[in-house]
Amino acid sequence: MSDSTRNTENGAIRTLWTPEAAQTTDAAASVDATDAMDAMAAMDAMPVSDALATAAEPERIDLTAIREKLAAAKGPELWRGLEEVAQTEEFQQFVNAEFPASAELVTDGVSRRNFLKLMGASLALAGVNACTKQPTEKIFPYVKQPEEIIPGKPLFYATAASLDGYALGTLVESHTGRPTKIEGNPEHQASLGATDSITQATVLQLYDPDRSQVISRAGEIRPYAAFINELGVQIEGLEGNGGEGLRLLTGTVTSPTLVAQIEALQARYPEMRWHRYEPVSRDGARAGARLAFGKDVSVDLDISAAEVIVSLGADFLASGPGGVRYARQFADGRRLSGDSTEMNRLYVVEPLPTVTGGKADHRLPLEASRMEDAAERLATLLGVTGAKAAVFDERHETWLSAVAADLKEHRGHCVVIAGDQESAITHAWVHAINARLGNAGKTVRYREPIEAQPVSHRDSLAELTADAAAGKVTTLLILDANPVFDSPADVDFAGAVDTVPFSLHLGLYADETSERCLWHISQAHSLESWSDTRAYDGTVTIVQPLIAPLYGGKTAHEIVAALLGQPLASAHDIVKEHWSKAAATGGRAAGVTAEEYWRRSLHDGLAEGTQAVVVSASVRSGLAGRIAARRREDESVRAEDADDGGFEVVFRPDPHLWDGRFANLAWLQELPRPVTRLVWGNAVLVGARLAEENDLADGDVVELNYRGRSLKGPVWIAAGTAPDTIGLYLGHGRERGGRVADGVGFNAYAVRTSDAPWSGSGASLRKLGETESMASTQLHHSMEGRHLARHGTLQQYEADPGFQSHFDHIDPEGKSLFPEHPYEGYAWGMSIDLNACIGCMACTIACQAENNIPVVGKQEVINGREMHWIRVDRYFEGDLDDPHFHHQPVPCMQCENAPCEVVCPVNATVHSDEGLNDMVYNRCVGTRYCSNNCPYKVRRFNFKLWNDWETEQLKMQRNPDVTVRSRGVMEKCTYCVQSINHKRIEAKREGRDIRDGEIETACQQVCPAEAISFGNINDAEANVSRDKAGPRSYSLLGELGTKPRTTYLASVRNPNPALEPPGESHGGHGGHGSHGDKAGGNGGHGDGH
Amino acid sequence: MAQIFKPSANVYARLSIFGALFAVVGLLFAMAAFMRSDYMTNARVAREQPVPFSHRHHVNELGIDCRYCHTSVEKSSNAGIPATQICMNCHSQIWSDSPTLEPVRASWRTGESIEWIKVHDLPDYVYFNHSIHVAKGIGCASCHGRVDHMNLTWQESSLHMEWCLDCHRNPQNHIRPRDEVFNMAWTPSDDPDFSAAALMKEYNVNGRDDCSVCHR
Repeated sequence: MSDSTRNTENGAIRTLWTPEAAQTTDAAASVDATDAMDAMAAMDAMPVSDALATAAEPERIDLTAIREKLAAAKGPELWRGLEEVAQTEEFQQFVNAEFPASAELVTDGVSRRNFLKLMGASLALAGVNACTKQPTEKIFPYVKQPEEIIPGKPLFYATAASLDGYALGTLVESHTGRPTKIEGNPEHQASLGATDSITQATVLQLYDPDRSQVISRAGEIRPYAAFINELGVQIEGLEGNGGEGLRLLTGTVTSPTLVAQIEALQARYPEMRWHRYEPVSRDGARAGARLAFGKDVSVDLDISAAEVIVSLGADFLASGPGGVRYARQFADGRRLSGDSTEMNRLYVVEPLPTVTGGKADHRLPLEASRMEDAAERLATLLGVTGAKAAVFDERHETWLSAVAADLKEHRGHCVVIAGDQESAITHAWVHAINARLGNAGKTVRYREPIEAQPVSHRDSLAELTADAAAGKVTTLLILDANPVFDSPADVDFAGAVDTVPFSLHLGLYADETSERCLWHISQAHSLESWSDTRAYDGTVTIVQPLIAPLYGGKTAHEIVAALLGQPLASAHDIVKEHWSKAAATGGRAAGVTAEEYWRRSLHDGLAEGTQAVVVSASVRSGLAGRIAARRREDESVRAEDADDGGFEVVFRPDPHLWDGRFANLAWLQELPRPVTRLVWGNAVLVGARLAEENDLADGDVVELNYRGRSLKGPVWIAAGTAPDTIGLYLGHGRERGGRVADGVGFNAYAVRTSDAPWSGSGASLRKLGETESMASTQLHHSMEGRHLARHGTLQQYEADPGFQSHFDHIDPEGKSLFPEHPYEGYAWGMSIDLNACIGCMACTIACQAENNIPVVGKQEVINGREMHWIRVDRYFEGDLDDPHFHHQPVPCMQCENAPCEVVCPVNATVHSDEGLNDMVYNRCVGTRYCSNNCPYKVRRFNFKLWNDWETEQLKMQRNPDVTVRSRGVMEKCTYCVQSINHKRIEAKREGRDIRDGEIETACQQVCPAEAISFGNINDAEANVSRDKAGPRSYSLLGELGTKPRTTYLASVRNPNPALEPPGESHGGHGGHGSHGDKAGGNGGHGDGH
Repeated sequence: MAQIFKPSANVYARLSIFGALFAVVGLLFAMAAFMRSDYMTNARVAREQPVPFSHRHHVNELGIDCRYCHTSVEKSSNAGIPATQICMNCHSQIWSDSPTLEPVRASWRTGESIEWIKVHDLPDYVYFNHSIHVAKGIGCASCHGRVDHMNLTWQESSLHMEWCLDCHRNPQNHIRPRDEVFNMAWTPSDDPDFSAAALMKEYNVNGRDDCSVCHR
């Protein structure tokens, strides 16, 4: 290989390489083959022991060098992590060893002789192992067979999962009385049949063995009757003084029944105060609406009608009320099915990279402190009255004016969205912009507020704390909140609650707050309770229990009823009675009885006619003046020690643990965070430039000093973070969260102050010189930079819909040595639309719930042994500080010529006549040859007994239709063969063929963006066949001739020509250019092989 | 020095070498036979039950249809073990004082299940479905034997995978008309027009033997 291939003058260095590319002698080929050969040599030369030795001291990553490499690059530059770009030894080691830490298994003290002895013995005993006699088992039939229950057939009940009070309609699968899996309710407007990752995990929360199981007073177990007696005495004291000293603290409440109960309480005790505190509150949105409209409204977006979408800090695709629906609408707007070239365009301005930012056509990393200015600047450019923001610097100004121009062109067909974590001022400007653009009533509607009696949560908690400290609170009831853990650092709620004589905590866990309260009452889980809740648009769902409370938990309804003097009322009666009354006046149509209405609402999972009323909201004049006043007000409450210098800290709820309430759910702890790919813990997130300037690397432990408080945590470099910004995810570092949650990560609430709940300046970092090992799935299962996540621009797509096929190097047709399999009848296949995929990770956790997949813990993830059957690969493209993101879900490809099948010595993985690679757990002896030979690295090995076979509660969660795997066997995606079998049997019994769309895999079912299609590829009319026939369809590593059944649709970005002139795109099939002499290049490759 | 081994020792040596070989092969055969023995498979072992329920009496002598008790056999993977209520439909009226039936009445009084001993116990990694077999014209007796002749119930077949595959690969040997599925006594010779091939076609029977049909 001569140096002539190094064509740096053309800027044609590519840090990623392929063996084919390394052999080409074409000077135009944009491959730094020398680097590649060096890397190969390094790989060959390094013995395993050396690799292990170097692993102990990870090589420092030279960010400056990486930046230079990237800056010099042209063409599609996809990189998975900084280590890969740097090509460090650590990364090389990862690539060499698929399960990197497996080497340590043979380095223990067992001598060769002993090893052979053991091997001989186990070989001899292996056959005897099968000679076990089935133990006698018993059958326990019902005494009275419940109506509708047929053992072996699941039932589905409509109910809802709530987060921060907002509902997502669900259908819960129940096997003979055990809820096992949560699906979306297609008729529910917030769900449209899909769910998100948190909702998927709530079924695990139900069976969490760490849930609070008892009622206790000052730490001693007491019966509920004892609580009722003591409460009765307490109430007597309150009757006389109108309830003075009685305080109620809840999160956001939307439940109409609970609201009615609390209103009755307010009527009975006029002096009572109802406080609300949600650490992830929407105070900014609430205040912003008041600022703009003079009243509270709920925002209801119609993304499907928007051709241009601008998000100012809003992660609207993945979090917040309506997120699941918005993701569907967003994906529908860019599906490019058939001949359509219609696509919406998404601009995102955000300080920290999010799922939404990852889908942006143009993303602007911007410090949180400049968001208000950006909103006002946009308003100014659009001619909103009163907006007169100064011009930004040139780069930002170009960006903002291009966005403004695009918005102007799409009046009434665009929408600007402000994030829930943004300030009132940003929200107010956004309302004004939408009004100015004529979007109100079209892409954005305003409804009556969904939250009852909206208040500022920040002020409400501060008031309660001050009153308690002043001795004004005698009776405090905390219902389903954990303020001792999640209150701001400057609000000493823990100290205040200690001074309250009678305090009660109702919660799922005996947590930080219950420890401080006199009484703790175990709460019934939402799958055990009767209640009601409202969706983002106000639609009510009656929450019905799937199972009787496992630990006799109580609901908030019952506690409030006890205060109202009805200690024996059941939640069912309370909710039903409310609806018999409300139905008389509410959405019930004429001629429908209250009972009919109740039953229909329960069955459908939504109560008709309960949508919140659409209100007309016009921006009141004098907005600029009010905003200026608000700004002065904000200044005045700012902490005195706030400092304008230093770094900016941005707080965000953890994408999976949220405010910390889900921290004990191991599924969520081990689910990679959408952008950082971190699991089991949080990090001090910094941008590449900040890390470079301060000599920080992944895992360096730093002390963060911020407004007189400090915390210690490891650094993680998150590409795409705004300059001088430090990101902190809330919800980690629990102290009394349960066995899973405790001690994982650090508690970011420790530095969060109430005057700056989401961001503040004046932070500094001090490197402590220690490092912490962090678990990230980012570098696992590398695919060596081949053209995996293919993508282009809309312009390229319009010019050539089959643009992605230029990435194909070799046509493997007819090159297989193995005979073709004939597929008569069904042939299952899957197509994943990368254009629709938002990378939210819901598929991974839905698969985990459906297929009884265990969690492995932090150390095993570091060892590369996570078990997820479908992973979502995330690639960066371009600039280190402002990259594009690409997401690619990777399940088993179910290859027609499967490399795994031919190497199994015991026939444990075999080909079915419908094209599945069947995995037979009982035959598997754990050679792992199959995984070794799998080019997609989708096989997972049970190195240890990770499934919990002891805990009774967890046994109840498992899907009875899927084997619970033991130690020492390989497993992988099965295309949810249990569903295929069920539907095949159903169809055969009815004497028909399986209909298209009848079988839904778990990943497909959960996907908010409907990115996955699945079906019979022998049926040309099937959705999946149509997807596969489209020009964007391609096979992953198709050149290997594996003929994967899972294929992908290339993603298409829709850049604004004003910001990214055509041809300058560093995305797209830049590869096209370098293969301009395609015939020659291909010929070269062909000859090379 | 005299010979220690006589010439005949050669014969013994050869014999013992061959003998050892035969012993090893024989042992393997013996193990295979042992695995298939009724002792290991529990086949043809009448199982004691809390109530000595007799299928012979209920099916053969009284003529009760299988589906009266095994209610979900046509709908679900599980055939269904009758709830106590089904027993009490009759036994609240007849034999209502019988001491043998006390466990049934006790269950009815207390609401506790009768603890039946499982006779046909497939390994947990096997997912068998009754409904599809019934729908495809496989009679109860094909797998369960002449239950109508059993006092205490036993398992007729080994339930080994080779036994399953024997039928999945040759369903023509076991198929019968759908309306004879629950007829324990039916044999092909009962029906002069019977044609296994015609039924296979009519019922669209194609015994699949992919692993994932039963294991998942």
